[in-house]
Amino acid sequence: MAKEISRRSFLKGGLAAACTLAATSIPVGASAANNKQQLVTLLDIRKCIGCEACVEACSEANTDKYPNPKKPFPKMYPDRVPVMDWSDKRDVTDRLTPYNWVYIQSATVEVDGEETEIAIPRRCMHCINPPCVKLCPWGAARQLSNGTSRIDSDMCMGGSKCKAVCPWNIPERQTGVGLYLDILPSLAGNGVMYKCDRCYNQIADGELPACIEVCPEDVQTIGPRDEIIKQAHALAKEINGYIYGEKENGGTNTIYVSPVPFEKLNKAIEKGKGKPHFKPVKDTMADANNLAAAMVLAPVAGVAAAVGKFYKMTKTDE
Amino acid sequence: MNKNNKTQSNKRSIVRYTYMITVLFLALTGFGQMPIFKRYYIADIPGLGWLARFYVTHYIHYLFAILLIVLTSYVIAEYLFINRKRIKITISGYIRGALVFGLVITGVLLVIRNLAGSGFPPGFIVFLDLAHLGLVMVLLMAGLYCIILKKKWAKERL
Repeated sequence: MAKEISRRSFLKGGLAAACTLAATSIPVGASAANNKQQLVTLLDIRKCIGCEACVEACSEANTDKYPNPKKPFPKMYPDRVPVMDWSDKRDVTDRLTPYNWVYIQSATVEVDGEETEIAIPRRCMHCINPPCVKLCPWGAARQLSNGTSRIDSDMCMGGSKCKAVCPWNIPERQTGVGLYLDILPSLAGNGVMYKCDRCYNQIADGELPACIEVCPEDVQTIGPRDEIIKQAHALAKEINGYIYGEKENGGTNTIYVSPVPFEKLNKAIEKGKGKPHFKPVKDTMADANNLAAAMVLAPVAGVAAAVGKFYKMTKTDE
Repeated sequence: MNKNNKTQSNKRSIVRYTYMITVLFLALTGFGQMPIFKRYYIADIPGLGWLARFYVTHYIHYLFAILLIVLTSYVIAEYLFINRKRIKITISGYIRGALVFGLVITGVLLVIRNLAGSGFPPGFIVFLDLAHLGLVMVLLMAGLYCIILKKKWAKERL
């Protein structure tokens, strides 16, 4: 497979762009490619050996962003409000938590007639039109121009709506931290939601996300959308494989290429809390967004009704 | 009251009740964008479970927003073409009208924000979210005040 955007070329372009654009702090990933496309990561899951180097690197790179909750937690009303506390389980790496933003999912499947163990790094998919960002009631979740979606921990109230609307239920809550403590801690909010932010600060500094940088097998490739999509299709064709993430939820910025169908993988992986699926996902924002066109016609319909009434009255007067 | 006046009065009542039902559903589904109905057992009331389903409330909010825009455009156009010489908008009518206008503008901008590829700055999105919420709360309070004190949107010119 021709690696058009290798780690070296990404960094080379990134550093050059960083020199010229340092003052503007535009994410160099996007500027390195000299276009305004979103950045996409391609994961060739044949290469993943499940060493968890990405998991460790993610943890090291993002330690400063992890929550440090105050205990005891405020008593919350009503009692049904769940306390989510991962602060004593920071070492858990077999699922997504507020302290673990990427983990290795494994599946035993048959590849070319041989039973094979497949390891798959799982984290936020960074959707093109992310419902977690668009449906956040406060604007605490935001999408950067390079396609990264991130949650601002200073603004998040921990209501967990982002998790409820995410097709993969990715964000995880930590109670006892964040803005809600300064407002009505017993009655509104419940902490802060955490998830992969694709090391947005490192990308802004011209570096790669930690999980990509550290991977000894070069499982992930990052680059502008058009190029990565082309690369993913070429790879899928070459290995007679399958693609996940290109069309799911209207398109995401994380593309998996697998030698086995994702339907099979989905059956083989352990799913549940903090362990996302590989099911097909329809565009969750599409139904409402299709109504936007009707909204454009709404004033025309209202005015037309009034004009019709006016015309009818004029005729009656005559 | 002659037959023509009675028909006019019936039509005004239809517009009035449609407006009230629209605002009620917009407020319910709008507040439903915050994760409060499940937390506070409201979604546990039989028949109100849908209030805790974010995609459902979001879709219904859009439907009633369309109805509100149709209704407000109709009322404004009707005033300009037909009623301008006959009725006068009251101060409370202007205030409520301005609040509805603000809600429609911030709402339409939020609809644009929800389309793929929209690029509003994060600070502006926070402003839109808070302004939309603030405006509806003021509108509901103003509406309640006007209902209690029987303040009308408009009155007949003398």
